[in-house]
Order: sequence, then structure tokens, then C-alpha cells
Amino acid sequence: MPVNALDVDSVSVSHNGILAVNKISFNVQEGDLLGIVGPNGAGKTTLFRAILGLQNYQGKIKLFGYEGHSYTTLLSMVGYVPQKVNFEPNFPATVYDVVSMGILPKKKLAKGAALIQSCGCCWNRIFSTSSKDHEKIGESLKIVGLESFKDRRISELSGGEQQRAFIAKALVKEPLLMILDEPVTGVDMDVQNKFYSVLRKINKENKITIVWSSHDLTAISDLATRVACMNRELFFHGEKEEFFANKDMLKTYSESAMQLHMHKHDM
Amino acid sequence: MALDILTYGFMQRGLLTGIVVSITCSMIGLFLVLKRYSLFGDALSHVAFGGIALGFFLNVYPIWTAFVVSVSTALGITKLRKSTKISGDAAIAVLLSSGFAMGVLLISASHGFTIDLFSFLFGSILLTSVQDTLLIVSVSCGVIATLIVIRKPLIHFTFDEEQAKVHGIPVEKLNYLFVALAAVTVIATMRLVGILLISALIVLPNITSIMMGKGFKNTMLISISMSVSAVITGIAISYYFNLAPSGTIVMLMVTMFVGILIAKHFGVFSTKAVDMHNLSIAS
Repeated sequence: MPVNALDVDSVSVSHNGILAVNKISFNVQEGDLLGIVGPNGAGKTTLFRAILGLQNYQGKIKLFGYEGHSYTTLLSMVGYVPQKVNFEPNFPATVYDVVSMGILPKKKLAKGAALIQSCGCCWNRIFSTSSKDHEKIGESLKIVGLESFKDRRISELSGGEQQRAFIAKALVKEPLLMILDEPVTGVDMDVQNKFYSVLRKINKENKITIVWSSHDLTAISDLATRVACMNRELFFHGEKEEFFANKDMLKTYSESAMQLHMHKHDM
Repeated sequence: MALDILTYGFMQRGLLTGIVVSITCSMIGLFLVLKRYSLFGDALSHVAFGGIALGFFLNVYPIWTAFVVSVSTALGITKLRKSTKISGDAAIAVLLSSGFAMGVLLISASHGFTIDLFSFLFGSILLTSVQDTLLIVSVSCGVIATLIVIRKPLIHFTFDEEQAKVHGIPVEKLNYLFVALAAVTVIATMRLVGILLISALIVLPNITSIMMGKGFKNTMLISISMSVSAVITGIAISYYFNLAPSGTIVMLMVTMFVGILIAKHFGVFSTKAVDMHNLSIAS
């Protein structure tokens, strides 16, 4: 039986006694693009932070079947793009510098690769094993369409371009799994569409497993293979067709989001 | 001959110490400025003052006591900040005043100031002994070597701590190592510009280079070049015009900063137009 890329088993997170995430369980299979939907304050970011080891939690989380030390080793091979990266605006890093931060040391890559092989999973490498670091950086920038921006300061880029640079930074480490937390919130439609085409490309062509939270139900219905719906608790986890066929579920998620979705489909 | 000054032993020691220390300050200072710890060096230097006073009080080589007191305080305040969530500026205020108060207390207990103490307060690069030179140069080279080894995780950590943690960088250990290196740098710098002007050496070349540099490496190299040239020129000017080297060096750095600021204001370093052009081509 194949091992899941991610297993979340009865995970709860509380902030000062208030439950932000309540006994959530789901899994993500290799190659899946799981779209997580839920209103603001639903605990999506908190859940991601728990998966990424940035937040204490109760319950069990497994990466490719591993917990403990092996989990930490594999965690460094997870690409993470938050809603907003809070960096010092004067930071004198070029786009190239930022993407190069994502390069994993060869020892770490070898350790992770050994773990993945021993659990029988397939690591879909984006670059050939002989690729040098600067080739990987160039390829990552090409995937997100920022090759011509490599020598520009990251702070000079627009919000959408910065997010694409951070996706390139996540890609350059040849991730086993990518976690994207509302990565295009607040950016214009054109940039959103560019981002979605990048997402489709890395999932379909590079076979990277993706967990992605968004309020954009149209994009979720276009791109995701599976959907999870949460508001502190998990309301739904399954095939996207099943989710979008269930009007009650859409209503549970958000009246306004549903209206937006219906409106776009009616057009 | 202008180069006559290089034949003096005190001048050779002063220049060697000054150059090595300015490189160290520029390197560690860039990380401090970008982490918004600009005044951390200032606070640590005040703690070092307490350490030096302790050395005089105990009749021990004061640089050693300054090392012990500064490094342990830097590590302690980092731990305290983490466990109590004290804000950075408040922690600096506590450090600054308590370190200086300790110094004043110990000096009053040992019946007043001495010439040596004055040299630590205002710098005395041209009075550096062979023992001091060897110690400062070897400690600075150690800091530079460590920074070169840990540069990649340190840049990532400075850019975004959370992303660095997910990437597998041991951020807590790295932070402790970094503040310890900063404390050691401050002690090594005391002889050059004195406790009261250390933060100028840490901050000024870096805020100036940040305005000009493109990438991280480029910015650091600009900062090092500015700092080294200010130290060499400052020492030379102070020798010929009989001025205090510390004040001359810092004023040269201030002049560079203001000059670049004015040049930037008038568009000399503005890359905006070029960027817009690139943008339109790219899109």
C-alpha cells in the first residue's frame, strides 16, 4: 500500500485555551493538489504552521509515514510559501539571492532521498541530479517566469512578483511537498492567473504534491484534485466534484464565497 | 614623505588593528542592521564598559573581563527576550543602562577614573600594545572566519526566521552564536573608536552601503571598502592634524553617509528608471 505524502491525525491547536484547530484528520496522497477552503480565522494558517513545526499541537502528523527526527529531516524538503513573507524592506537581496536561500545542502538532500526511497515513495525531482546550484536557480526562475528579474532587488518587485520569487525559492529545493498559504491574496487577477498556471505546471509536469489554501473557489475547482473544507473543525475532505456538487457544503463554507463561485460559473 | 608614518611601529599596529576591526564590524554590522538590532552593539559596548571597570577593580587584564561580561550578557538577554517576550528596544535600554551603571559603580568603588579607562571610552588606536594587537587581530579573524562559514544560514535567518526554521536551520543555536560573535566584535572594536562610538562603526557603513548595493555580497563588499578606507584615511588625518582618530574615523563615515544620501536624493544611485524600463520589456 503506498504511503501518503501527509497524514494529519486528530490534530488540535489551542491559543490561550481557545481551540483554533479542533481534532482535524485528513491525508494527502502523492501527486495530489489538495485545496483547503475555509473562512478567515478558520485555522488554516495555524494548521499549516503545525505541519511545518512552527506551532505546538496535539495529535499526530506524519510526512511520508515518518514522525520524529525523520520528520524533521523531510520537513526541510517541504516548500512553504506563506501569505506574506515579512522581510526587512531594505534587505539588499536580489531575486537570485532570495531563490538561492532555498538551496538545500547536498548532505541534507541525500538524507531525505534515502528516507523517501526506504518508504517506497517516488521523489519527482524537478532538476537532473547533475544540475549545479546556479542552474537550479535559473530553472526555478524560468518556471515562475522571473528570469529577467534575477538581478533586481526583491523589495523592488510587486507583491505578485515577490510571491512568484518565493515560489521559485520553494521549488529550488526540489520539494517533496509544497504548502501554499493563500499565496495570491490581495494581488491582481493577471498575477493570480500567472500563479495558477505555475501551480498547474508544477503539479502536472513536475508531479509535486501540493497543499494549497485559498478563498478562490473557481481556482480551487479548476486546479485542485481534492478539497478539504474547514472552520476550526474539518467539514469535508474528498473529491472536488463531490464538494462542488454539495450546495450545503458550499453554504457552510461561506455564503459570499458561494455567490462569487456561482456568479463566475453563470458568466 | 607621506608614507613615513608607516615606518612607525605604533602606526603599523594601529592600521593593522583598524583594518581588521573595520572589516569585522562591517560584516557583523550588516546582519545587525538588517535584523533591526542597530543599537545592540551600543548596548553591548556599555556592558563592556562595566566589564572593563570590573577588570580594573579586580586588577585583571580588562579586555578579558569585558569579553566574559559582554558575551554572557548577550546570551542572557537573548534567552530573556525569548522567554519573556521583552521587545528589542526595551531589552537594549535595560542592557545599556545596567551595563553602564555597573561600570560607574565599580569605578566609584575603586576611587575614580584612570587614563586607561579613558582610552577604552574614547579609543586609542595609536596606543595599542603588541599584546592588544595580537589579541584583537586574532579574535577578529576568528569572527570573520566564523561568519564566512555560517554566511548562508545566517543570511536566510536574517531574511526570514520562520522560513529558515522550516528549511532545517537551527535558528536558536544560530542566534546565540550570532549575538556572541557580535559581543566579541564590540570588545575587539573598543580600542579603535572607544565604547561611545562603536555603534557608528557597526551601523554607518552598512546603512550607507544598503543604499547603493544590489545583492547581499555586493552590499557587504561596499560596506567593507567604505569602512576600511574611512579607517585608513581617518588615522592618517588624525596623525597629520593631531586629532583624535576615533572622532576623525566616525566623522568620515558620517560624511560618506550624508554624501551618498544627497547623491541618492538627486538620483545618482536611483535604479528606478532602469527598473521601470526592464519591467516594461519583461511584461
